[in-house]
Amino acid sequence: MVRTIHVDEVVPAVAELCISANYDLNEDTIQSLKQGMEHEESSTGVAVLRQILDNAAIATEERLPMCQDTGTAVFFVEVGQDVHLEGGSLYDAINEGVRQGYKEGYLRKSICDPFTRKNTGDNTPAIVHYDVVPGDRLKITMAAKGGGSENMSSVVMLKPSDGRQGLINYIVKRAAEMGPNPCPPIVIGIGIGGNFEKAALLAKKAILRPLGEKNPDPELAALEEEILKKTNALGIGPQGMGGRTFALGVHILKHPCHIASMPLGVNIQCHANRHKDVVL
Amino acid sequence: MSEPIRLTTPLSRKDVEALKIGDQVLLNGVILTGRDAAHKRMVEMLDRGEKLPVSVDGQVIYYVGPTPAKPGAVIGSAGPTTSNRMDAYAHRLMELGLRGMIGKGSRGRNVIEAMQKHGCVYFAAIGGAGALLARSIKESSVLAWPDLGTEAIHRLVVQDFPVVVINDVRGNDLYQEGRKEFDLTAKTIV
Ligand code: SF4
Repeated sequence: MVRTIHVDEVVPAVAELCISANYDLNEDTIQSLKQGMEHEESSTGVAVLRQILDNAAIATEERLPMCQDTGTAVFFVEVGQDVHLEGGSLYDAINEGVRQGYKEGYLRKSICDPFTRKNTGDNTPAIVHYDVVPGDRLKITMAAKGGGSENMSSVVMLKPSDGRQGLINYIVKRAAEMGPNPCPPIVIGIGIGGNFEKAALLAKKAILRPLGEKNPDPELAALEEEILKKTNALGIGPQGMGGRTFALGVHILKHPCHIASMPLGVNIQCHANRHKDVVL
Repeated sequence: MSEPIRLTTPLSRKDVEALKIGDQVLLNGVILTGRDAAHKRMVEMLDRGEKLPVSVDGQVIYYVGPTPAKPGAVIGSAGPTTSNRMDAYAHRLMELGLRGMIGKGSRGRNVIEAMQKHGCVYFAAIGGAGALLARSIKESSVLAWPDLGTEAIHRLVVQDFPVVVINDVRGNDLYQEGRKEFDLTAKTIV
C-alpha cells in the first residue's frame, strides 16, 4: 500500500526539530556529562562540566539556544519506499522548515558563500542525506552541527597495512592536536571503510547513536573502548583545561572497502550534541 | 580550585599582571565585543592611520556572535567563538592598550608573545555555554558598525561573567600546563 504524505506536513515538523535540537540537550548526553563529572579528577574540569550541565538546564528552562553557534542544519532522511510525497519538493519543504525554525526559534543564521562570506540570511540551504528504506514512513533526523567541532574533522585514506593500530594512532594524534578547539568533552564519530565520501558520512551518522549504548559489534565495541581510553589519557580534559573527560564516547560504523583502500572518516561532535528526529 | 577573583573593567596593567593561568575570574563592568569582520575593519582603519570608533585602552574584548535576542531579552545565547581566527589582528589592539581577550581555543605563539610584551591576558569562557553566559550580560548595545549585524562591535555590561585565565603576561599557557598535569601518556620528566 502506498501512503501519501503532503510536504506541507514536513515544514512545521522540521521547524520544530531545529528549535528543540538547539534548546533541549538529549538525556543521554546529560547523563554522560554527569558521569564524566563524577569521574573527573581535575577541579577545573569539574567546574567546567558543572557549567555545561547548568547551561543545558538554563537553555531548556528559558527556551534559549544552548550554544550561540546554532549550526549548519544537517538532515538524515529515511524515505520509506511505499511513501508517496505530494505537494512539491521534499528538499524545498525541509529548507522552508529550516527557514521558519531558525527565525521563530531566534537561532543564529550561520551559512554563507564560501568566497564572498555573504550570509544567506536564513541558515539555508540545509545539507540533506537521503536513504530509501522499506516501509511507509518518513523519518527525519536533524543535527545542528557547530563550526568549531566540524572544523576539527577529517577524512584520511589510510593504507590497508596501517590496520587497526594505524587507525588508533591517527585518531589519538588528531585528538592531541585539536586540544581545546572542538569544545570538549566531545563525541568522536568514526567511519571505517567504504570509500572517500562513505567514510565521512558513516562518521557523521555514528554520532547519532545515543551515548552509553554499546556498539552491537563486539570487535568495534572493543576498539571504541580502546580509543576512548587512549584519547582521555592525553589529559586534555573538559574545554582543554586539563583533566580526564575529553571524550564522552567513541562511536564507530564500518563498511566493506576496496582491496587497495582503508578510508577513515573522523567527525568531531562537541558537547552541544544536538540531534532530534521525528517520524511522519 | 581557589576562589574566583572579581575584577572590574577597565583593567590596568597591574590588574592583569596579578593574574596567573588557571585563575577563575568573574568580570564586571563594560566589555566590548568583536569577531572576524570587526577585527578586520579595525586593523584596516589602523593601517590607514585612522582613529578607531571605540577606544580599546584598558578594555577587554569578547569574541562572540550571539543569537538574536528574543523580545524583551538583553541578548540571545552568547558563548565564545574560536579565538585563533583573531590571531592575525590581536597584537594591533594590544599596542593600543587592550588588556584582555575572551574566547575559546589556543592562541598562536605571536599572540602569546604580544601579551607578554604589552601586558594583556587571554581568558576562556566555556565554549558552548552560551545560555549560561547570557545570564551574566545585563546590557547590550551597538557601539559601532551596525551593518555587521551579530558581528558589530557591542558594548556589554557584565556582572560576574565567568572566565578562566588561559594565557598570562608571563607567557604561560593553561592549555599546555593543565594537560601536562593529567597526561598519562607522557614520560615523566622530574
Ligand atoms: S564547537 Fe559546539 S559547543 Fe563549541 S561553540 Fe561550536 S557549536 Fe558551540
